[in-house]
Amino acid sequence: MLLGGLAYKITQYATTPAPLKIPTTPAPTTRGGVVLRFLREIVLFETLFKANKWIWLFGWVFHFALLLVLLRHLRYFIQPVWGWVAFIQPYGYYAGFAMVAGLLGLWARRFLVPRMRYISAPSDHLMLALLVAIGVSGLAMSFIGRTDIVAVKAFFLGLMYFDWQPLPADPVLLIHLGLVLILMVIFPFSKLLHAPGMFFSPSRYQVDNPRERRHLAPWAAKLETDAEGGGR
Amino acid sequence: MTEEQDMAETEAAERVLTAGDFFESDLPDPEEIPPLACGAMADSKPFVAAPEHQEALGFPGELVDNWHDKAIDKMGELVGKYQSLRVYLDSCVKCGACTDKCHYFLGTGDPNNMPVARQDLLRKVYRRHFTWSGKYLPWLVGAQDLTEDVLDEWYSYFHQCSQCRRCSVYCPYGIDTAEVSMAAREIMATVGKGQKYSNEIIGKVHTLGNNLGMQKKALEATLEDLMEDIEDETGVEIDVPVDKKGAEVLLVTPSADFFAEPHIDGLIGYAKVFHQAGISWTLSSYASEAANFGVFVGSYENMREVALRIRKAAEDLGVKRIVFGECGHAWRVAYSFLNTLAGPFDFLDQNYPVPQHICEVTHDLIERGVLKFDKSANDHIRLTFHDSCNVARASRMGDRPGGQFEIPREIIKACCNHFYEMSPETTRENTFCCGGGGGLLTDDLIELRKKGAQPRMRALQQVADDHGVTHMAAICAICKSQFSKVMPEYGFEMDAIVSVHQLVSNAIILDDAQSAEPEESEDKPSAEEPDESGEEAEE
Repeated sequence: MLLGGLAYKITQYATTPAPLKIPTTPAPTTRGGVVLRFLREIVLFETLFKANKWIWLFGWVFHFALLLVLLRHLRYFIQPVWGWVAFIQPYGYYAGFAMVAGLLGLWARRFLVPRMRYISAPSDHLMLALLVAIGVSGLAMSFIGRTDIVAVKAFFLGLMYFDWQPLPADPVLLIHLGLVLILMVIFPFSKLLHAPGMFFSPSRYQVDNPRERRHLAPWAAKLETDAEGGGR
Repeated sequence: MTEEQDMAETEAAERVLTAGDFFESDLPDPEEIPPLACGAMADSKPFVAAPEHQEALGFPGELVDNWHDKAIDKMGELVGKYQSLRVYLDSCVKCGACTDKCHYFLGTGDPNNMPVARQDLLRKVYRRHFTWSGKYLPWLVGAQDLTEDVLDEWYSYFHQCSQCRRCSVYCPYGIDTAEVSMAAREIMATVGKGQKYSNEIIGKVHTLGNNLGMQKKALEATLEDLMEDIEDETGVEIDVPVDKKGAEVLLVTPSADFFAEPHIDGLIGYAKVFHQAGISWTLSSYASEAANFGVFVGSYENMREVALRIRKAAEDLGVKRIVFGECGHAWRVAYSFLNTLAGPFDFLDQNYPVPQHICEVTHDLIERGVLKFDKSANDHIRLTFHDSCNVARASRMGDRPGGQFEIPREIIKACCNHFYEMSPETTRENTFCCGGGGGLLTDDLIELRKKGAQPRMRALQQVADDHGVTHMAAICAICKSQFSKVMPEYGFEMDAIVSVHQLVSNAIILDDAQSAEPEESEDKPSAEEPDESGEEAEE
C-alpha cells in the first residue's frame, strides 16, 4: 500500500507537465544551485526558518528526532546490526521524547493560534494524534513496560525471509505496530505527500534560465504545430 | 551627518508629510498581524465580464447551465496540465507559515485572505472530486461540493489575490497561491463567470494591440505631442518613433507609459537613454502593450496570442533586439514566459538577452560610461525604492540571481544623491505588493486596493519619518497607477510615486551635438546602421 500508492503518486507528479518556468526568484541559475537549494531546505528547513521561528523549531525538532528514531529501528530488521546503527541507539532512544515534544508543540499551535485554528481540519488533528500515539506507545515500551524485543526482532526477520515467527502478545506493542500500519496505509492519501511533493514543486526545483533555454511542455508544443497550418 | 543635511532632512519631512498625522505617533509595524475578521471582505467582488468580452476570448457569455460539471471537468484538465497545481493542491500540510504573509490579509484581517485559506477554497473541491479521502470521508479532510455559494466565494477571494508570490517565498514547499488563483479564474471564465476588467482588456489587445484600445493614429499623435514637450523642455530633438522599420531595438512598454503620470516621465527617460547612447529604436503600433493580462486569468492560450503579437512586430520591423519598459507582471511574462510562448527568437541578435529589460540596458550603458548624470537634478527629492512583486519574485535582471534588486538600485544611485531603503522585511524578495496587481487595478475593487496597500504604506511612512523620504520609485505600471491612487489615503501626495527612468530623465546629461548628427553607436558594433528614413510598417 505504502510503496504502491507512493509510486503511483510520484509517477503522477513526475509525468504532469509544467508548461511555464515559475521558479520563485531569486533562484539558482544552474542545476548544482538547485541541488544546494534543496539540501538547505531538507537539512535546515531554511524557508520555514525565514517564515516562522516557532513552526520551524517544533517542525525541525520533530522531523530530525523522527529520522533518528527511524534509523534506530533499523536494528530490528538487520542481523548483524551495522556499527553506525548500534552507535546511534542511545540517541535514537531519547530522540523519541524530542519527537513527541515537537509534535505537541505543533499541535498546541493548532489550538492556541487563531490563524492556525482557522485552517486546521479534523484530519490535521488526527494526523498529529496518530503520530503522538505512535511516539508515546514506542516510548512506553522502552521506558515503562519493556517488550520482549528479541522476539520482536525474530518476528520481523522471519517476515523478511518468509519464515513466520510468533509476535509477543504485548498490547502496547500491538498498538504501536497497528498505528504504524495505519500511518503507512494513509501515507499516499494524505498530506504526508508533502515529503515526495516538495521535490516536484516547480517553484523550487526549476532552474532560473528561461531566456537561455527554451522551455516547452508537450501540450503547449502541440498548440504550435496545430497553428502552423494557418501560420503565426 | 552635518547639521545642514540634518536640517534639510527635517524640512523635507515636514514639507511633504504634513498629512502624516493619519498615523498614530508610534508607527505601526508593516507586518502587524490583525485579529481575524471572518467574512470582512466576502462582498468584495469585481464586475463580471459582459457576454461580448467573454466570447471575444473564446469563453461562454454567461454562466452555463451545467456549470458545475464543466467546472469540475476543467479542474481535472488543469491538474493534468499543470504540475504546479497538482503538487500544490496535494502537498500543503497546513503548517501556517504563510498565514501572515499576504498583504490583503494584513490589510483586511479576513482569514480567507491567508494564502492557505485562499488555496483551500479550491482545494476543498479538488479533494471532494479528485482524492480518495475527499470522496469517502469529506468531513475528515474538509472536502466540499462545488455549490453556488462556493462559486461566489471563489469569485470574491480569487479576485483578492494579486499573484504577487510573497506566500511562495515563505512556503516550505514553495506553494504559490498565484498558480491556484490563476486556475480558479480560468475555471470561472470557462463556465461563464469571467472578470470584466481583465477580459475586456485582453480583448482590446487581441484587436488593437494595447490595453487602452488606442488606434495607431492616436498613438502617433500622442507621441508627437510628447516629442514637442521634450524639445521644449530640453532644447534637444529626441525621437519617439513608431513602426520604424530596421530600428535596432523594439521597445515594448505598458501603454500607460503613453499618457499616465508618472509613467510617461519614464517613457521620456527611455527615449533620452536611447538618444544619448545612439541606439535606434522604435515602438510598434501592432504590439503597443507590454502587459499581458492573459497571465491574470490563467489562460495559456490568451497569453500566447498576446505574446505572439510581439514576435510578429519584431519580425515585421526587422529589429535586432526586444526591450521591455518598466512593468512588473509584464516583465514576468517577458522574462520567464516569452521564449516559451513565442520563441525561439533566433532571428534576433544573440549578443543580447531576449528580451531585455530597459533597466538592464540603462545599467549596462552606465557601467560602460556611455551615460553621464548630473545627480543634483534630483536633489529636490529623497528616495526609496519599491520592489515590484513580479519583478522581484518571478523574474531576474542581469546574469546573477538577485540582479532584479541590484540593477534598479544602482541606476537610482547613479542619478540621485539621496536614497534610503525601507525595512528589509518589506523589500527585495520580501517586498509587499502595491495592492493593485494581478488584474485587480480596477475601481470596482478600490476598497480592497486601499487596504492591500497598507503594509507598503506603513513601511514608507517609517522611512519618511526616519530619513525624510519624499518619493518612492517603482518599475511597474500597475504599482505607479495604484500608488498614485491610494497614496493620498495614507497621507502622501499622489505624485510621491515616480518612475525609475523619470529619475534618469531628470539627471541624464544630453550631448546636444549628438542630436544634430547621430554618431556611431557605442553600444554595438554598427556594421548595419539602421535606415533612419525607414518606412512605416503596414498595419
